[in-house]
Amino acid sequence: MTTALRETVTTAMTLLVFAVIGSALLSGTFSLTRPSIAASEQAEKLARISETLPAGSYDNDPVRDARPLPPDPLLGLRHAGQYYPAFKAGVPVAVVLEAVAPDGYAGEIRLLVGILADGRIAGVRVSAHKETPGLGDYIDAAKSRWIRVFDGRSLGDPADAQWKVRKDGGQFDYMAGATITPRAVVKAVHRSLKYFEAHRATLLSTPSPGHPASDPIPPATGVESKPQPRPSNPDDTAR
Amino acid sequence: MISAETREIIYNGLWKQNPGIVQLLGLCPLLAISNTVVNSLSLGLATTLVMAVASGSVSLVRNFIPHEIRLPTFVLIIAALVTVVQLLMNAYVHPLYLVLGIFIPLITTNCIVLARVETFASKRSTSHSVLDALMMGLGLTLVLVVLGALREVAGKGTLFSGLDLALGPAAREWVVTVLPDYQGFLLAVLPPGAFLGLGLLIALKNWIEGMRAPRPAQLTHALQG
Repeated sequence: MTTALRETVTTAMTLLVFAVIGSALLSGTFSLTRPSIAASEQAEKLARISETLPAGSYDNDPVRDARPLPPDPLLGLRHAGQYYPAFKAGVPVAVVLEAVAPDGYAGEIRLLVGILADGRIAGVRVSAHKETPGLGDYIDAAKSRWIRVFDGRSLGDPADAQWKVRKDGGQFDYMAGATITPRAVVKAVHRSLKYFEAHRATLLSTPSPGHPASDPIPPATGVESKPQPRPSNPDDTAR
Repeated sequence: MISAETREIIYNGLWKQNPGIVQLLGLCPLLAISNTVVNSLSLGLATTLVMAVASGSVSLVRNFIPHEIRLPTFVLIIAALVTVVQLLMNAYVHPLYLVLGIFIPLITTNCIVLARVETFASKRSTSHSVLDALMMGLGLTLVLVVLGALREVAGKGTLFSGLDLALGPAAREWVVTVLPDYQGFLLAVLPPGAFLGLGLLIALKNWIEGMRAPRPAQLTHALQG
C-alpha cells in the first residue's frame, strides 16, 4: 500500500511540476506581449470605426473624442463601453456605438454600429466574434459583404416586425447553414437603433470646450436585463 | 557526414512518412486553411515551430515522466507552447493572427504533434527528436504550401495574396496575378477543393512511388546482387 501511495504522490507531483512550469511560461509570455496586443487591438478598432462612417463626412478624430457609454441591456453591454462621435465643423453628423449581441452561436459578438444624425445606419462592423469559421463568420466584413445589409436602414425601415432574418419572417438575408449568428446580429443592430432613438439628444450633443460630454448618459433604469436563452434551431444543430 | 539515421529521419519526414499525404494526420488545418499560399505557409511554420519545441522538451524530460501520465503531460506541454505561439502572433503579426484565428489554438489538437511526441520524442535522443519534428513539420508545410498554391491559383487566379498581412503593407505589390481577369472558382476555395486537391497530391505521390519502384525483374536482380 505504501508503495502504491508513494507512486501516486510522485505521479501527481510530477504533473503538478509540469503544470506550474507551464503556467509560469504562459504568464511570462502574456505580460511580455500584453502591451503589443493591446496596441494592435486599439489600432484595429480605429480602422474599424472609420469603416462604419462615410469617408470624409467628419473632420474630428472619433476615437480621441470617445465618450463613455454606461452598461445597458439595449446595447448588450454588461460593462461600461464607449461611443465615438463624429463631427463636421463642430456639427454632430454621426455616432458609432459599441454594442454586443449576447446570443451568438459561440458567445458574444461585439459590434460597432455607426448611426447618422438622421437615424440611418452608416455602417456596421463586427469587432470581435468566435463564430464557426466557414459557417457563421460571414458577418465579418473581411469574409463577405453581408454586414452591409444594414447600410441605410433605420428604425422604421423596415418596420419593427420586419427587423428579423428572412427565416423568421423579416427582411434580412442570411446564408444557409448558420442562422443563429445573423439573427443575433440583426437583433443587436435593431436594439442599438432603439438605444440611439432614446438617447439621441445626448449622443449627438456638441462638445463644449474642456467638457468632453456635456451631459453624460445615465445608466439605464427600469429596463430589465433578461438572460437570452439560446434559440434552438434545427438548421444549426448540424454545425 | 550525415549518419544513416539522420538521413532516414529527413527522408521519412519529407517524403516516406509525410504527415500530409502519407500519414494523413492533422487534416483539420490542412483542409481549412490551405486556401492561399500565405495562410498555408504561416500555419505550417507555426505548427513546425510548436512540433520542434514540443518534441525537444519532451525528449529532454522523457525520463522523468511516469508512464501513466505521459499523455496528459505531453498535452500540457503542447498546449502551453501553442498558447505562447498564439500570444506572440497576436502581438507581433496581428493581421495574420486574425486570418489564422481559431486554427492557431487548434494546433494543440493536431494529432501529428502528439503523434511525433508519443512515438518518437518520448523514446529518442533530443537532437534526433528535434530533427524529426522539424522534418515532419516541414513535410506538412510543404504539402500545405503546394495545396495552398493549387487552390489559390484555381480559386482566385493569384499567388501570395495576403502577404501584406504577414510582412506589412509593402508586400502587397508582391502578389502575383497568375490569371488576369479571372472570375474565380469557388469550389477550389471552399473545403471540398481542399479534399480534391489533397486527393490529387496523394495520387501524384503514389504515382511517383510506382514509377520509382523496381519492376519484379529488377527486384530479383537486386536481391541476387
